[in-house]
Amino acid sequence: MDNIIEIKNVSFEYTDEQTVHTAVKNINLNIKRGSFTVILGHNGSGKSTLAKMMNGLNKPTFGDVFVDGINTRDEETEIEVKRRVGMVFQNPDNQLVASIVEEDVAFGPENLGLEPEVIRQRVDKALKAVGMAEFANSTPHRLSGGQKQRIAIAGIIAMEPECLVLDEPTAMLDPKGRREIINTLERLNKEKSITVVLITHYMEEAENADRVLVMNDGEIIEDGKPSEVFQNVKLLKSVGLDVPQTTELLYALKQKGFSVDTSKISIKDTAKEIAKSFFKE
Amino acid sequence: MLKDITFGQYYEASSPVHKCDPRVKIILMLCFIVFIFVSQNAFALALSTVAVFFVLLLSRVPMKLFLKNLKAIWFVLFFTAVINLFYSNSGTVLLHFWKIEITTGGIYRSIFMALRIVLLIFISSVLTYTTTPNSLTEAIERLLSPLKYIGLKNAVHTFAMMMTIALRFIPTLIEEAEKIMNAQKARGADLENGSLVERVKALIPILIPLLISSVRRAYELAEAMECRCYNGGEGKTRMKQLRMSTVDLYAIIFIVVFAALVITLNIIF
Repeated sequence: MDNIIEIKNVSFEYTDEQTVHTAVKNINLNIKRGSFTVILGHNGSGKSTLAKMMNGLNKPTFGDVFVDGINTRDEETEIEVKRRVGMVFQNPDNQLVASIVEEDVAFGPENLGLEPEVIRQRVDKALKAVGMAEFANSTPHRLSGGQKQRIAIAGIIAMEPECLVLDEPTAMLDPKGRREIINTLERLNKEKSITVVLITHYMEEAENADRVLVMNDGEIIEDGKPSEVFQNVKLLKSVGLDVPQTTELLYALKQKGFSVDTSKISIKDTAKEIAKSFFKE
Repeated sequence: MLKDITFGQYYEASSPVHKCDPRVKIILMLCFIVFIFVSQNAFALALSTVAVFFVLLLSRVPMKLFLKNLKAIWFVLFFTAVINLFYSNSGTVLLHFWKIEITTGGIYRSIFMALRIVLLIFISSVLTYTTTPNSLTEAIERLLSPLKYIGLKNAVHTFAMMMTIALRFIPTLIEEAEKIMNAQKARGADLENGSLVERVKALIPILIPLLISSVRRAYELAEAMECRCYNGGEGKTRMKQLRMSTVDLYAIIFIVVFAALVITLNIIF
């Protein structure tokens, strides 16, 4: 099986003061094993609802979600789904359970009923993987937001999931903390080949992704490689998203008649591209 | 103001008392309390005093920390001493006015009772100074685990989980309360002045946002715990296993000898 998550004709409705809202509208989506997918969308676009359906926290109103071939509707296999797809949320403070870092990371494996020595190994490995091994015995409330969020990630990867779904994990962090998290995720994806689904509204976080999805009003309106998706500056702006500043610059230059390739995203590539077009003229 | 609230008074040091298994420590502390109460005469109490101070010294916790705990209950101590002063009319009369007389027996009794309380405070402080809140929680869970045989299976685990989460969230909530207080002060709320009623009223705009945000936190925490495969402690294992060592053996021998001596002294004198 190539896909870790398969979403088939899924809609999600909720009732709020007697009116029915549709947060997710008839979505079909497959997440490839080992891929790094970013889902972009502004508040209320249905991206969080979709994320919570990926590990059975939300059950679809219509359609089915399969994780590794298991339907998330089955009550009996709920734990199986959750140990395959781990989830990290926005506020790191509200995800940590214990007041000592390593005990918190051990929480998931302990719930799985593993042997103490196995838990010990997994905790040490997980803390090392997020670069927090030296803080094993600290208390979470003395750490920075980015560090706390890395502990939350360690707590999930200690369960050795195949896929990591993160719902705006950087929204409450400062730029430094945000960078830490994205670097950690990119490393986990490359080195441990953990599938990553990152939900965010910061476009620059999608730079190195394999695939970018843009959601608006419960629907997927764009799907492709970051360089392709970011080309569509007008569409992205119309749904309240900001394209990366580099793309915007190239886009503006192109409109003024310069021959530049607007698919460059990183600052280095953009600079090269601009230099090239100047020397040409 | 809120920063003064310290939770758990663990004092980091390397001593045999710190190394002792928390389960053993809790039980031994309970034994100590019983024997301090059982000490009926000066000899037995003197022995208890020596034993308590021996444990205090062994713990390598500075004496001033224990004295600090006494300060909190000086009134109870004073009250006990004064009441007991008039309680006995044995011995020679030292002071006599109106219907009250103070006797040597009264003074003896007053010192005896006060010393008992001091010893109780000291020995229970040893437990909290040398054990982290986490291992205390764990020890309580383990000690209460036989309750599962009388149908309280989930209750014990739930109680321990509640303690763990409370310990984890106290600093977070204190921080949040401070933020809200500052936000309200910035809008002109006066928290320090006014009558008692006014000050209590001024707390309402702080407590309500705190309560609402705590409920929101609880909801998010529950979701996060669910994602980490929590299902109420069914089949849960522990990374850190409590193990008894030779230190615990010595501690048990110590308490048995102590018990035997207290009982003997009580019988002889």
